[in-house]
Amino acid sequence: MEFFRSVSVDWLGKKWYFLAFSLIFSVSGIISMAMHWKTIGSPVPLGVDFRGGTEVQVKFSQPPDISKIRAAVEAAGIHDAKIQNYNGSASDEVLISLPEQRNESALDTGRQVVVTALREHYGNPFADSDVKVDVVGPTVGRQLEVKAIEATLLSLAGMLVYLWFRFQLIYGVAAVVACFHDTLITLGFFSLTSQEISLTVIAAILTLVGYSMNDTIVVFDRIRENLRMSRRESLPDVVNRSINQTLSRTVLTSGLTFLTVLSLFVFGGPVLRGFSFALVVGILIGTYSSIAIAAPMLVAWQQWRAGSGGAAVLPAAKRSKV
Amino acid sequence: MKKNLRQKIVIIIGVLLVFLYGAFFGFDTPRFGGDQPMINQLTQHIHLGLDLQGGVHLILKVQVKEAVGTETDNTVARIEQDLKTAKLTFSQVYKPDPTNNPQSIRIEGITSTQSSAVSSLLDSKYSNEYDISGGGNDNSLAVTMKPNIEKALDDKTVQNTIEVIRDRVDTLGVSEPVIQQYGLGDNQILVELPGISDLDRVKTLIQSTARLEIHAVVGGPYPDEQAALASVGGNLPTDEELVHGSGSMATGSDVDSVYVLQRVAIVAGTDFRSADPGTDSNTGQRTVHFTLTNEAGDKFYEYTSANVGHSMAVVLGGRVKEVANIESAIRDSGEIRGSFSQDEVAILSKMLSTGALPATLNYLEDRTVGASLGSDSIKQGVTAAVVGVLLVMVFMLIYYRGSGINADLALFLNLVILLGFMGFSGATLTLPGIAGVILTIGMGVDSNVLIFERIREEVRAGKAPSAAVDQGFAHAWTTIVDTHVTTIVSALILIIVGNGPVRGFAVTLTFGLLANLFTAVYVSRVIFDTHVNNLKPGELVSI
Repeated sequence: MEFFRSVSVDWLGKKWYFLAFSLIFSVSGIISMAMHWKTIGSPVPLGVDFRGGTEVQVKFSQPPDISKIRAAVEAAGIHDAKIQNYNGSASDEVLISLPEQRNESALDTGRQVVVTALREHYGNPFADSDVKVDVVGPTVGRQLEVKAIEATLLSLAGMLVYLWFRFQLIYGVAAVVACFHDTLITLGFFSLTSQEISLTVIAAILTLVGYSMNDTIVVFDRIRENLRMSRRESLPDVVNRSINQTLSRTVLTSGLTFLTVLSLFVFGGPVLRGFSFALVVGILIGTYSSIAIAAPMLVAWQQWRAGSGGAAVLPAAKRSKV
Repeated sequence: MKKNLRQKIVIIIGVLLVFLYGAFFGFDTPRFGGDQPMINQLTQHIHLGLDLQGGVHLILKVQVKEAVGTETDNTVARIEQDLKTAKLTFSQVYKPDPTNNPQSIRIEGITSTQSSAVSSLLDSKYSNEYDISGGGNDNSLAVTMKPNIEKALDDKTVQNTIEVIRDRVDTLGVSEPVIQQYGLGDNQILVELPGISDLDRVKTLIQSTARLEIHAVVGGPYPDEQAALASVGGNLPTDEELVHGSGSMATGSDVDSVYVLQRVAIVAGTDFRSADPGTDSNTGQRTVHFTLTNEAGDKFYEYTSANVGHSMAVVLGGRVKEVANIESAIRDSGEIRGSFSQDEVAILSKMLSTGALPATLNYLEDRTVGASLGSDSIKQGVTAAVVGVLLVMVFMLIYYRGSGINADLALFLNLVILLGFMGFSGATLTLPGIAGVILTIGMGVDSNVLIFERIREEVRAGKAPSAAVDQGFAHAWTTIVDTHVTTIVSALILIIVGNGPVRGFAVTLTFGLLANLFTAVYVSRVIFDTHVNNLKPGELVSI
């Protein structure tokens, strides 16, 4: 069985469609993030890891009644708690979020108050082992935000250097731009669907950066090989041919990885939902970006160099040592 | 050629066995049979993260300024003593800003004639640890703790705190608790206790500073802080402080009163050598019988003999527990009667024998996962993993026929090596770690696809089976290296930056990718070569 026996699509010819598609998603993502920034002060809803605060998740023995829970919690003096069903409206789990606590020495009282209030004022029983609590102080939250951004930028920089070393600078730049594009659109999706970013979501984003880079490298590798073999073809033709040759592999790998990530999204439970959502979107966009963003960039650069009077040099890569 | 192949197959089986061993036994000696089924052995060496087995995760910040403050309090007392003994006049020795700048001491009221005598006395005794400056026209000197001494004290405080917490946590009987310094230089401590669900109990145990101190009473009991302030004319001198408590047995145990006490304790913290619970023979009340160290005993004797008829307050954890009249000189042991609860006495005894916390702790982060929520997560993660793996395996068989078996074998070997790595390194499996395994499956398959597609191309171009396989592997190799290196780079950054669960993810991803490099290239090659060798002439590779 074989899906793509002899494909011959003019990918570069479609680059304006691709650009439009990317622009639509990027811009709507950016607008959504701007709107979020105005309302909640950050581009995407932040999970408790980053914004700090207290989150209590409780699994009751009987289906919980949200309004009764709110009454119990307010009776104990907590007025701005956010209470919602966790893991679907049919489950027995409830998530109670308290806002950020500025005073670190009073950090734990919110949790104690909530758990005691639930035990005393709301009769639905639950055991200690059915409780999950996250209390994050403001210092830790802020530290984590900074670290997460640093990690992402460091990752991209590292890969740029690696690609510069293995290919040529323009390859590295094109690949990094593609990854940036992927991250932006994925974050945009989080913003559009109002999902929270937690530390595991950042892990997913770093993974998808690695994955998108993977994909781009496979195409670039083939371009480099083809350039070495035929000096007479024009760059756009070589690029198109390379993409067509690797299409089978690209679709297969993305498809299979997508299947496994989809399985995570469906079966993996609520804790991993943000993580798997990021990967579901990320894998699709990552595959798309290698063909639609990275490859056209190479050609555009070459044409710009040729047009502005520089020598018409094919960006053939350095001799590969392997 | 054939002999070579046989060698390679032996190597591969050897690797398989080694990592199987690692998954089940790690570096320990193997145990077969016994009362546990083998599958339990598997999970013993692979530690489950807190999010899977339930447990408590705390990040504490040690308020090191307090330890500095205690040290400088002692220095203030010693300076006063030294100046008195040398008969040099001064009006007061105090700390201008004890809360924010506990390292600064000021001496005021020095006469200009004696100023150089004072300076040289202080220099001779304190210049190792303190910088002494001033001596100008304002008749005062500033004595400030040197920054490097302060830093050394900070570090020592954190280390001592870690030891004390370790001792106390021992009583909980947690297997493999984690207590260590955390973060970069911010005096933070990480405490992780797997399997415990009762956060309150842990906090009481860890955080009771139970600094046991005895202070001289200036005035009290007063019904509230205003009355107490009024008694000292509205302005509290810097060497006194207001402390709440209920030291008077007559008024009942829970009435809260305010006392005015001397800030510097007569004896405190490490001056106590031990404390044991006891009962008062007359009233049957719970008491604490304490002993002091020799040095502290001398100090105490001196104080009590000079102050017969005055009162002193026993302060525990910042609250007055008992106020006693000094009836005669006490040397190094005594009994405290107060409204202690049984827990308080037990904790106090434990605290005093393991050591008091040198400073209070603030919680920066605190996460608990109940055990049953943890096991829910395991179930979900494993289901997702099994479904994912099956989907991939079936697809590979359909799409690549015979070579699909090759890919599936490689996948299976990947998983064994991954589990073996984790068993050997004692790494922790978290829920994101399970997700990492699933991701590794998806990406691992990539290498196989790369190679197989290439082989198909070569076959289509008319090459003979062994040449096609050769070329396929040769071309795919560079790409495989490039893609694996880039993903491992992101994983390494995650290991550095991430916290427990995220780090678990990055670790399993890295191990999985390394395993994949081995299986996709070496093992796949061997299987292909075996297959090609067994082909009849004219038969094509099954791909």
